[in-house]
Amino acid sequence: MTLAKRIIPCLDVDAGRVVKGVQFVEIRDAGDPVEVARRYNEAGADEITFLDITASHQDRDTTLETVERMASQVFIPLTVGGGVRTLQDIRNLLNAGADKVSINSAAVKDPEFVREAAQRFGSQCIVVAIDAKKVSGESENNRWEIFTHGGRKPTGIDAIEWATRMTDYGAGEILLTSMDRDGTKNGFDIALTRGISDAVPVPVIASGGVGNLQHLVDGVIQGGADAVLAASIFHFGEYSIAEAKDYMARAGIEMRI
Amino acid sequence: MTETVAVVDYGMGNLHSAGKALEKMAAEGQRFVITGDPDVVRAADRVVFPGVGAIRDCIKVITDTGLDRAILDAIDAYKPVLGICVGMQAMMDHSEENGGVDCLGVFSGQVRFFGEQYGETGGRLKVPHMGWNQVRQAFDHPLWEGIDDNSRFYFVHSYCATEVPDEELAGRCEYGLTFAAAVAKQNVFAVQFHPEKSADAGLRLLANFLRWRP
Repeated sequence: MTLAKRIIPCLDVDAGRVVKGVQFVEIRDAGDPVEVARRYNEAGADEITFLDITASHQDRDTTLETVERMASQVFIPLTVGGGVRTLQDIRNLLNAGADKVSINSAAVKDPEFVREAAQRFGSQCIVVAIDAKKVSGESENNRWEIFTHGGRKPTGIDAIEWATRMTDYGAGEILLTSMDRDGTKNGFDIALTRGISDAVPVPVIASGGVGNLQHLVDGVIQGGADAVLAASIFHFGEYSIAEAKDYMARAGIEMRI
Repeated sequence: MTETVAVVDYGMGNLHSAGKALEKMAAEGQRFVITGDPDVVRAADRVVFPGVGAIRDCIKVITDTGLDRAILDAIDAYKPVLGICVGMQAMMDHSEENGGVDCLGVFSGQVRFFGEQYGETGGRLKVPHMGWNQVRQAFDHPLWEGIDDNSRFYFVHSYCATEVPDEELAGRCEYGLTFAAAVAKQNVFAVQFHPEKSADAGLRLLANFLRWRP
């Protein structure tokens, strides 16, 4: 009897619609995040992460409506991230039915925000999302820095130190994305994942770079991740959640089958 | 037959999911009311007591508002009562969280921090205990009906109930140590995991609760 490692499909949502289309067989509306989440739930996903990439402020209400619809129909944990800047944003998302809220740029801008959020709402619902990029040269020791604004803006902050600080401030989970690997399908940055996972006392979700099922296994076994997040390999039907779980279980990883 | 199910809202957190999951599994004629009013809780036919956040805040708020008495009255009136997560912890004797807090004492047991535990592979166990873990049913109970032994449920917590006597221990879970995943006593059942987030197994448990006639 052990805790299972988690598989988390991630939906990018803009103004209430899934971006980058999800290709499921027999899905009525592949753009509807609720429909997609329901299918992932039926397929055995362990959680859903909903990344709100809505640019305009007016459309934030659409986001809350979508979260509310999703939480009314899909009874597995739901994390919502993207544009979370204030305690009121968190309150609104939790009230709409999100179980966890992921904070990214706002934490870099004001680290105390994470402390306040954890104190107010509890560490269990505060995820800090870290976008890290390798900054060390070939012959140097590995070093990664935090980048914001979708990986465009360097901050000069060391990723491992930052992760440790965020958990000291009360983050209950770290969502770690390698900006070098994101979208490459070359697998997670294993050294980064291992470095963060060993440094923090809370669960780590590995993200960025998944191209095949062995990558998921490597993230857990070599990287020490507690959960793996992927988008395109599931959205485009390359692999089903069941295939991924089966593959990971056969590699000796405890899974919820 | 109509029946009112009160979901206790002490103002700490998200009751949306619990409310929606209960509505989905409702028996015929059941209506749900999410309430912070002790009189409404007292008047209900069934009570669900979910909890999130820190135990000190939970106990303080329910004591200040009289919700503690209302929950205990519902228990004394032999109504079915379901505690969830911190709601379960609040029904134990005592919690060591926040420097030590006396709880309602419906169940015997101590709530303790997971602490520095090491997993089977030697690595440090991550806290919170977050994710899907197996629950070993300790005895037959109407709330376990139709749920396979060792089914996985979704947990997220840093403190856990221990030292629960066998007659009250309905389900065990292991994470570094063995702790109480579910406790049961007469008309009260309480779970550490989140049935409202535990897919089919969790929904089945809620359906069982809503049809339970202790």
